[in-house]
Amino acid sequence: MRVNMRGMKWEGVARRAAGILLLVLGLLLAAGLCTATTPGDNPVPNIFEPHSTPADSIFHFSRFVLIITGLIFLVVFILLVYAVVKFRARAGDSPHEPAQVYGSTQIELAWTVIPILIVVVLFLATTRVIHAIQDAPKPANAVEVIAIGHQFWWEFRYPALGIVTANELHIPVSDPANPTPTYLKLLSADTDHSFWVPQLAGKTDLIPNRVNTMWMDPHRTGIFLGQCAQYCGTQHAKMLLQVSVDSREDFAAWANAQKQPAKNDETVSAGRRVFETTACINCHAVAGTAATGRFGPDLTHMMSRSTIASGAAKNTPENLGMWIQDPEMIKPGSLMPAMKLSDADLDALVRYLETLR
Amino acid sequence: MSSDAMAIRVAEAAGRPWAEVLHDWITTVDHKRLGILYILFAMLFLVIGGIEAIVIRVQLMHPHNDFVSPQVFNRMFTMHGTTMIFFVIMPFMFGFANYLVPLMIGARDMAFPRLNAFSFWLTAFGGMLLYFSFLGGSGLYGAGNAPDVGWWAYAPLTSRAFSPGHSADYWTIAVLVSGFGSIGTATNIIATILSMRCPGMTLGRMPLMGWMTLVMSGLVLISISPLSAAQIMLLVDRYLGGHFFDTQAGGSAALWMHFFWIFGHPEVYILVIPAFAFASEIIPVFSRKPIFGYPVMVAATVCIGFISMSVWAHHMFTIGMDSAANTFFVLTTMAIAVPTGIKIFNWLGTMWGGKIQFKTPMLFCVAFLFQFLIAGLTGVMLGAAPFNWQLSGSYFVVAHFHYVIVGAILFCIFGAVYYWFPKMTGRMLNEGLGKLHFWLFVIGFHLTFDPMHIPGLLGMPRRIYTYEPGRGWDTWNVIISIGAFIQGIATLLFVVNLVLSYFKGPRAGNDPWDAWTLEWAVSSPPPAYNFARIPTVASRRPLWDRKHPEDPDSRYE
Repeated sequence: MRVNMRGMKWEGVARRAAGILLLVLGLLLAAGLCTATTPGDNPVPNIFEPHSTPADSIFHFSRFVLIITGLIFLVVFILLVYAVVKFRARAGDSPHEPAQVYGSTQIELAWTVIPILIVVVLFLATTRVIHAIQDAPKPANAVEVIAIGHQFWWEFRYPALGIVTANELHIPVSDPANPTPTYLKLLSADTDHSFWVPQLAGKTDLIPNRVNTMWMDPHRTGIFLGQCAQYCGTQHAKMLLQVSVDSREDFAAWANAQKQPAKNDETVSAGRRVFETTACINCHAVAGTAATGRFGPDLTHMMSRSTIASGAAKNTPENLGMWIQDPEMIKPGSLMPAMKLSDADLDALVRYLETLR
Repeated sequence: MSSDAMAIRVAEAAGRPWAEVLHDWITTVDHKRLGILYILFAMLFLVIGGIEAIVIRVQLMHPHNDFVSPQVFNRMFTMHGTTMIFFVIMPFMFGFANYLVPLMIGARDMAFPRLNAFSFWLTAFGGMLLYFSFLGGSGLYGAGNAPDVGWWAYAPLTSRAFSPGHSADYWTIAVLVSGFGSIGTATNIIATILSMRCPGMTLGRMPLMGWMTLVMSGLVLISISPLSAAQIMLLVDRYLGGHFFDTQAGGSAALWMHFFWIFGHPEVYILVIPAFAFASEIIPVFSRKPIFGYPVMVAATVCIGFISMSVWAHHMFTIGMDSAANTFFVLTTMAIAVPTGIKIFNWLGTMWGGKIQFKTPMLFCVAFLFQFLIAGLTGVMLGAAPFNWQLSGSYFVVAHFHYVIVGAILFCIFGAVYYWFPKMTGRMLNEGLGKLHFWLFVIGFHLTFDPMHIPGLLGMPRRIYTYEPGRGWDTWNVIISIGAFIQGIATLLFVVNLVLSYFKGPRAGNDPWDAWTLEWAVSSPPPAYNFARIPTVASRRPLWDRKHPEDPDSRYE
């Protein structure tokens, strides 16, 4: 028979264990509070602050799942702590082994049947939400956008409007009384990507040779951030994504501006010549010019976008010059080649690009 | 200590030429030596994979950090994942199974000793090949480099268009070769368990470690095969002009996902079931009670084995399967929570009413119970498809599976090392250092993996080498990195303890824990052929019967 002569020490150990686990719980709680108080004006991506029906249904469902799993955690956690504290060997224990218990059919039956019931409830709730999101009928006035993932940027096409843009998606706000949801058709030009803007919807992958769809109906205007969520190669990290939810008027105005051909400003013809006589046009398109490349983003209205390189840098003349001259400075491993232009050519080119509003 | 073992020790101490000792170890077909080789191999790679994790965590401490380039970062997480799964946890599990199963079932060796050695060396060769990619990945003239396709190696990233050079081939062939090793060892374990049990040891009297290793080996046979097939198809794509996964030629990216996860999910259970086995051996001994509900534990294990083969597509909820398929995989995924929950309750039942001794092995197992509980519950969240559409591919998933692989599996491995080190070496590990290792590791673990859930909820995807400031991720990442460093220090303490105790630890004797399974009936370390006379058993705890002839287990079973 073994007797633990240092039982008192284990009291301290158990207390420390309980302390650490309490700390963990506290951390999780604090985290919950932090996420709950994120200001709404400057939305940082947060799955618990939804602004669109799919994200909202997931949020409500996740609260239900969190409550059930939280209760299970609490019950089992308390039982475990109780067992650890109560049944530890103590100094004054009798030298005999404890009662040798081999099992109990009733108890084992109970802790089989109760989990089964919980699983059934969770499963039914899950099925309802899957159906509500995936099988939602598409209204006739839905906005349709084709999103194409590229290494490492996003292409957005509006077939009904004849618009092609990149990286910054514009969609109209959806009034719950008269919803105008946006349906995305997701394609990939190369590797797998995933479209994830946490506040608007769960993520859906963009997979080559496969057509996926997803939808969202934002309830308020604003900018919502996200990024590629499926590893797609070297610059997966800087394949950022932003969705601008516009009021109906703003969206109409934006769409109208995007439909115009590129401005032809004679004062920057030198830069335009540089653009049209270098490798730029192999990959980029500018509507109404000889540039019809499809490998890189469409530049017809590039100055209407706030960032370049898929969100990697602000769209300023300095950054633009740096990006053209040495993309590795901004996004090492991107597929944009260094153009190595003379200073005069670079200046002219940047001035030309700045007219593409 | 038996005379054989003593003779070996004396001979080694007398300074046999090192080349001769090395030759003995390399050519050995003894299950105990191969088990130790597996474990040492796993420990080496644990340190290497750990260093890769530290590089990752240094890089992610601050937004826009440039400690490493994106290319290096992508290699680091690919190598970290591949190493930890294929060359750390699996070899650990095979090592313990190799060492312990024959002893526990009263056999003199594995069924196929030469296959055993062959399988170990295949795995070892696979590991070396993977790391040789640092030299040979782009060909020696290109100065080489390691694969950077992620440990799932999703198509079409692995096609020649996106992975020129040979780095992806090193990944493919290393995993393929070590997979053959796993299949060999799994076959061997199954044959040993089914045909070499000592008289009296019916399947119903086999230690739970035997049962769980049997189920794990069955899963290896079933799940490594599709992985190997997929690797061969990938090689055909890359070198013989096949188009299975080459999307630019009409191949299917989703096909690779299915192949990979049909392996990948049972793989989780291949890793965790042996961890359950360790807990099921250690918890009873330190609670001084038999395992609670042995038949239910066996049934739950077999049940997990079967269900685990039908859940793979829960890794693919975001690839656009239709609602019916998603619903099916939600159902199977949630169903697996039931037998897993039963296990937690049975361990709790084992501790209930016992006299729990908190020696280091037990500390690790108790921490395992708490952490596996949380890992299981975040698993239920991820199994609920709509919730998964938000969580999948984010740091929440990274936190969840590290909770499983570190918080549950690695904790049990540490517990197992503290528990069986005396048997393997004849010396006790230092308790004080062991406790320090435990507490440091617990603190480091929770500092790292508890906060790691939160950036995931705030939209931080996994596998990004850097991130934008101002998204609420910065502070969490600092805390996570600090925790990782603490875990690194704790692991170093563990290594120090192993080395010091091997030379200076107090003698263990045959049965230092007053335990009940057959490995404790022989000397420490056991003699070359384990049992001079094959034992006969009459219950699940043969040594209990021997120690308590007045009240043997055989009376109640």
